[in-house]
Amino acid sequence: MNSPVSTSSPGVTLAQESAESKLQQELAAQSSGVTLRSVTKKYGSFVAVKDINLDIPPGSYTCLLGPSGCGKTTTLRMIAGHEDITSGDLLIGDRRVNDLPPAKRNSAMMFQSYALFPHKSVWENVEFGLKMRNVPPAERSQRVNEMIEIVGLSQFADRKPAKLSGGQQQRAALARALVTRPQVLLLDEPLSALDENLRVKTRGELRRLQKQFGMTFIQVTHGQDEAFSLSDQIVVMDNGRIDQIGAPADIFRTPASRFVARFVGDNNIFSGKVSGVALDEQGAVIRLEVEGIGTFFCRGLAADTGMEAGCCVRSDSMDMLPYPPADPTAPNQLTARITAIEFTGYITRVSLMVEATGQEITYKVRSSEWVNQAVPEGQLVTLTWAVDECVFLSH
Amino acid sequence: MTRTWKALQPYTLVTPQTLVFLLFLVFPILMILIVSFWDFNGYAMTPAFTLQNYIDIFTSQVSLKTYLNTFKYVILVWFFCLAIAFPVSYFLAFHVKNQKWQIILFLLCTVPFWTSNIIRMISWVPFLGKEGLVNQLLLGLNLVQEPVQWLLFSDFAVVLGMVHLYNFFMIGPIFNSLMRIDRNLITAAEDMGASGFQILKEVILPLASSGIAIGSIFVVTLVMGEFVTVRLMGGGQSASVGKLIATQIGSLQYPLAAANAVILLAVTLILVVGILRVVDIRKEL
Repeated sequence: MNSPVSTSSPGVTLAQESAESKLQQELAAQSSGVTLRSVTKKYGSFVAVKDINLDIPPGSYTCLLGPSGCGKTTTLRMIAGHEDITSGDLLIGDRRVNDLPPAKRNSAMMFQSYALFPHKSVWENVEFGLKMRNVPPAERSQRVNEMIEIVGLSQFADRKPAKLSGGQQQRAALARALVTRPQVLLLDEPLSALDENLRVKTRGELRRLQKQFGMTFIQVTHGQDEAFSLSDQIVVMDNGRIDQIGAPADIFRTPASRFVARFVGDNNIFSGKVSGVALDEQGAVIRLEVEGIGTFFCRGLAADTGMEAGCCVRSDSMDMLPYPPADPTAPNQLTARITAIEFTGYITRVSLMVEATGQEITYKVRSSEWVNQAVPEGQLVTLTWAVDECVFLSH
Repeated sequence: MTRTWKALQPYTLVTPQTLVFLLFLVFPILMILIVSFWDFNGYAMTPAFTLQNYIDIFTSQVSLKTYLNTFKYVILVWFFCLAIAFPVSYFLAFHVKNQKWQIILFLLCTVPFWTSNIIRMISWVPFLGKEGLVNQLLLGLNLVQEPVQWLLFSDFAVVLGMVHLYNFFMIGPIFNSLMRIDRNLITAAEDMGASGFQILKEVILPLASSGIAIGSIFVVTLVMGEFVTVRLMGGGQSASVGKLIATQIGSLQYPLAAANAVILLAVTLILVVGILRVVDIRKEL
């Protein structure tokens, strides 16, 4: 496919470098963190965001991740100033901005499908924020030109948004948002309107531009791929609450709750009762009795004996062994029957069912490995995994 | 043979409309065009090719005044329709959040169309007349000592009647174009510090321009050919090209009426082309 993004990608050419680095320094220097302290949003009796606390470091790329209705967009719109805060404090840098209108917060927003003005050219779109702030025309046009050059749209400056490719529209929207030198950029699912191919390309470019400008980006998304590939920090939200905050790799490897484990995908989740806790230098090894399946040892921070809890194992961290197992009483193993085998290319996905409880299990393996292993559908097998692969879930 | 039939089949869908157009629009207009060059006297018209009808119209003070008066109506009615319709559409599109109410209120705007034009025009008479409700009220409140004369059978009454008749033709297209504006554009403008007035000027008006243009075309073409309202609401006092043509037909001056009709058509087309030049309405279609 002839991609409109890569063919016209600006890159950093030497000619632009001086203007660019100056503006970059400026943007990076004033880029600020965002702090939410006990922020709550109510619509009548409905609580959309419940008492959340969040620290977003300056210059970082943070994604608010969660299913629709989890409160992530409301949170972003509260930061932007398009929604009132019911209670709590919102700080951009050191400044409490609760009661300031959007334009006075030194934040800028990039909208779903970009919301470029269709009747204005790229140049006029970028100019808009400066014009509204009564920046004198001479300075205005100099700053607009500079910004448009940096995002590599100089030759498209006179075009209307409809005549731009998706990637170019994204850069125009970014130029429009950054031209007012905001301290933080807020992105409301900017990629959701694009098709899959273009989305992967434009998100790469978004990440590159964020690094280039050294700016604080806060983005709302419902796609875990997007959050994983873009963020320094992911905030997983559910039901108006924050479930987990962490780097993408941490969220992926050690989800903190069943919800996060399910949302990041490919996890087999078990429920059981804690029957023992042993502390070691890495934290705790927790013994969990899962009824009808077996005894699992998993990693966690702390747990109380007797509490109802859960654990999860990634579907690609398990090993498949023949049935019956060598030691039927060994921990961290289960017996299941293969119900379906799907070849998806690089990965082969095997669906299984634990006959005693009816729980469905997914096992993923590299297709090249599966060729050697190839067990037919309907066969009983044993799945086993290491203690370190099994993550304790307290709720 | 069958292949030709297959290729022609879709055209059968538009054949009835084409025939109606040809028979009742194109053919009569051609007839009018031809007749406008004919000669006539007090009793009969005779086929000829004379420009005398056109020369008479262009040199007559009366017809010139009538044309100017018609333009006056067009401008006034257009202005008041726009001034009333834009705020109404804006209210419906941006302030009524509930879709059900939006539909109900929009349908409310069509209420004037539920009775016939003539009845609606006549019902202004007891309201605006010398002994009408308005005058009674003004007299009763001692605001005036004598009945106000210009309320009925005047240019005021004509413009009032036409604004009342044609306002909806402006509301419809403007409402439609406002409804298509992506609400994110307005939030984006707010985000960049635009005030309410700036949003209106920089975002909403430009994006509503095609709707305004379509509404204007409706109103301008309707008022250009107006005749019933001018006659009923203007009494004998007001003149328009439409009414002039009707009078000429009444006195059997068919070729003169035809020439006026041709000029009126040409002027209206020029106005429409002018509007289309200013505003690109393609995105609305």
